[in-house]
Amino acid sequence: MADKQISKTAPKKGKWTRRAFIGAGVVAGGALVVGVAVRPGNPIDRLSPMLAKGDGEQLINAWVKIDADNIVTAIIPHVEMGQGIFTSLAQMLADELDADWSKVKILEAPADAKYVSHDIGREFLAPSLEVPAILEPTVGGTFLQLATAMNLQITGGSFSIRGTGQRAMRVAGAAAKEMLLAAAAEEWNVPAGELRAENSMILHDKSSKSAPFADFAAAAAEQGLPNKPKLKSPKDYKLMGKAIARTDIPEKSNGTALFGIDADLPGMKYAAVKAAPVVGATVESMNADTAKTMPGVLQILNMGNFIAVVADGYWQAEQALGTIEAKYSKTEGDTLDQDALFKRYATMLDEAGDKDGDVETEEGDVGEAFASAATKVEAEYKVPFLAHATMEPMNCTAWVRDGKCDVWSGHQAPLMARKAAADTLGIDMDDVTYHNAYLGGGFGRRSENDAIIMATRIAKAAKYPVKMIWSREEDTMQDHYRPSATSRFQGGLDKDGKAVSWSNIHTHLFDPQEAPTVPYYNIANHKIRKIDVPTHLRFGPWRSVDHSQHGFFIESFVDEMAHAAGKDGYAFRRELLAGSARHLAVLDKAAEMSGWDKPLPEGHGRGIAFVPSFGTIIAEVAEVDMTGKKPKVKKIFVAADPGFAVNPDGFAAQMESSIAYGLTATLFGEISVKDGAVQQSNFHDYPILRINEMPDVAVEIINGDHKRLGGAGEPGLPPLAPAVTNAIFAATGNRVRELPLSKVDFA
Amino acid sequence: MITLNVNGQAKEVDVDPATPILWVVRENLKMTGTKFGCGVALCGACTVHLDGKPIRSCSTPVSEADGKAITTIEGLAEEDGTFSKVQQAWVDQQVAQCGYCQSGQIMSATALLKNNSNPSDEQIDAAMAGNICRCGTYVRIRKAIKTAAGAPSETQEA
Repeated sequence: MADKQISKTAPKKGKWTRRAFIGAGVVAGGALVVGVAVRPGNPIDRLSPMLAKGDGEQLINAWVKIDADNIVTAIIPHVEMGQGIFTSLAQMLADELDADWSKVKILEAPADAKYVSHDIGREFLAPSLEVPAILEPTVGGTFLQLATAMNLQITGGSFSIRGTGQRAMRVAGAAAKEMLLAAAAEEWNVPAGELRAENSMILHDKSSKSAPFADFAAAAAEQGLPNKPKLKSPKDYKLMGKAIARTDIPEKSNGTALFGIDADLPGMKYAAVKAAPVVGATVESMNADTAKTMPGVLQILNMGNFIAVVADGYWQAEQALGTIEAKYSKTEGDTLDQDALFKRYATMLDEAGDKDGDVETEEGDVGEAFASAATKVEAEYKVPFLAHATMEPMNCTAWVRDGKCDVWSGHQAPLMARKAAADTLGIDMDDVTYHNAYLGGGFGRRSENDAIIMATRIAKAAKYPVKMIWSREEDTMQDHYRPSATSRFQGGLDKDGKAVSWSNIHTHLFDPQEAPTVPYYNIANHKIRKIDVPTHLRFGPWRSVDHSQHGFFIESFVDEMAHAAGKDGYAFRRELLAGSARHLAVLDKAAEMSGWDKPLPEGHGRGIAFVPSFGTIIAEVAEVDMTGKKPKVKKIFVAADPGFAVNPDGFAAQMESSIAYGLTATLFGEISVKDGAVQQSNFHDYPILRINEMPDVAVEIINGDHKRLGGAGEPGLPPLAPAVTNAIFAATGNRVRELPLSKVDFA
Repeated sequence: MITLNVNGQAKEVDVDPATPILWVVRENLKMTGTKFGCGVALCGACTVHLDGKPIRSCSTPVSEADGKAITTIEGLAEEDGTFSKVQQAWVDQQVAQCGYCQSGQIMSATALLKNNSNPSDEQIDAAMAGNICRCGTYVRIRKAIKTAAGAPSETQEA
């Protein structure tokens, strides 16, 4: 575990160069080990036994291994939760290496701190790249320093491709190739410049010689390390930019893919759990008389903040748990309900008035500009708490014995999970082995450690391997929710309908910091403030985090200003984006795709919304049918500029996915609190979009800047809700200012 | 002891007859392709076939399988591992994301196509509405069902 802290201003230790970070070594058996982006010294020695297990396997660097059969293995330091990252990152590495894609294998990196040696973070991997703020609050203490430095072992913030892919996987591939070429040049006694790599072979065209990478892997260890491996330019890409089939889909189509919940150990037992309904309460007493007598029941545990029943089978544990009557301690949160919470937000916003609150951005004089505006627009918007509702309920399997612990789960930050288990048991991190599996949905939920801690505590009490599974009810009621929020706006227009002032104050709990800002909109006077609002409910990152709220707030209000200006929503945004060609190209593309100017049937409407987030610029147009009692979203047109889409089909899939996730929230997503407890429990009262409610989705990608890539997993979501509500306004004149739509009577 | 017929094989299990098929298949038979999602037949992640008909195994006691044939996701492919038409369509259309619900989706789609070799969009929606996918792979599920039905449809670059 890292004990040193680093910061952006930390003194450089002897000015480490890239060269220093591409370290090489030889492990037992003479296998070559070259570490790219791994601290000089010994980390590779420790990683090698974990990764290069087979005979003749050569660990070329921390992200590449080549075996005797010339199979290239890409070692991926991110987790697969449906975003296709195993394939996309391997594409980036294999392309720079000129590997034969049909002979590329993928391996998830072990949860090892040496993999994420903190010194490499800002210094090597991302000297000019900020770790998204979303990642920072998910960790604590000294570990925060490590995790913020290392994008390597946290998957979130739509960061894997633009961070790890650009800065590590491509460099690793390019460095390995240069070392192989140098080794071949020496062996064949020809200038390295006459050699080239193609399909996992080294070729010398002049002499028509060719040989597989594997032949030179060991000799490459003797070579000088590339100081600055040369990366390809887009015209030379062979794999990047191609819709390559995902490697994980076949096993997800025949039932063999293993998720955390599928862990299986000899002698394993099962735990069902029920936490105190109000967060912060504890189990004061329980009557388990019936449960004790039920078949298969092994242990009934009062764990303080939750009850666990351990049994031979999960169903037996769940049945027994259902008979237990518990009394919980009183907490401050017991009296809280959702209306009171929104009232509290309103009071706090009132108190902040025109001046108080934390200023996030300010330019010009909004007070003066608004006072003298020809047209004034004011509006308040609200969104509720939301649960993640991953299809795989939270679960974790743990086995504590002999002062050591093994943990099996699917987690977005395996190293954090390992640390959480160690801390829970009061043992060293070296005594915890963490086994990560596929994640049955992440969306931010699986960056939390609560399930890991609970399972580890149960396993400690049980003395045998225990698989803890949350019921859907627990999963819904004990989430770390997307916060509810209120946002108020004042906007001013001049006599020509041009936006001259933009003032916003909103409640705040989370990140990213730029979510409420609109630097891309050309409004001379603007001021954005926040007030921090306390809540006893646990909150956490939820797909696109605060952009999920502010996308709706901002783009609804822009639409209201457009309407007040007597302008079309698309035309009004064009004016605001004037001067920014990349932004305009995206907006224009979405409008063009949708046939913006073409008439729609009576009762149908189109709405447009534009939100750049996570480095990707996106505009969406929604087409909504309002002729029935409820809105029917027919089509979504997405235009997106992620810089460069490494896997265009995977990118499109993430747009489709974000739309479904965002539409669930728009139509009916709502977690509400009553007497301090979450009221929703399962899919009957926390419904998820179903296939009959899924609109058609068209996606067009603009590769606007191959040097600065954007994310894919989240940015498709923020524009969705406002595109839909703006379409509802276009169809009906009914302006929706509070989500979800199920609260609105459209009859 | 209860004798079950799972994917054409006789299996003996010693469980309470009230135990849902889901947990017997997952824990006793160690076939983990069938997933737990909600426990109350609302999400379809646990879908298996009982005598060819799709059922929610989380809410069907194992006693109801007496004398009937259970088919799980593990029983769809040929013995040599060759994917069924529906499974292959799932790969061709790159359907799965996190993949957790997909066993259930494929079981529902397989049952649909058994009874209706060329379903319309409305029929697909009706047959598949019991299966939630949180990753929102619905657009591709529709395409894959049509691909499996033999309808012309664009496929992905391999």
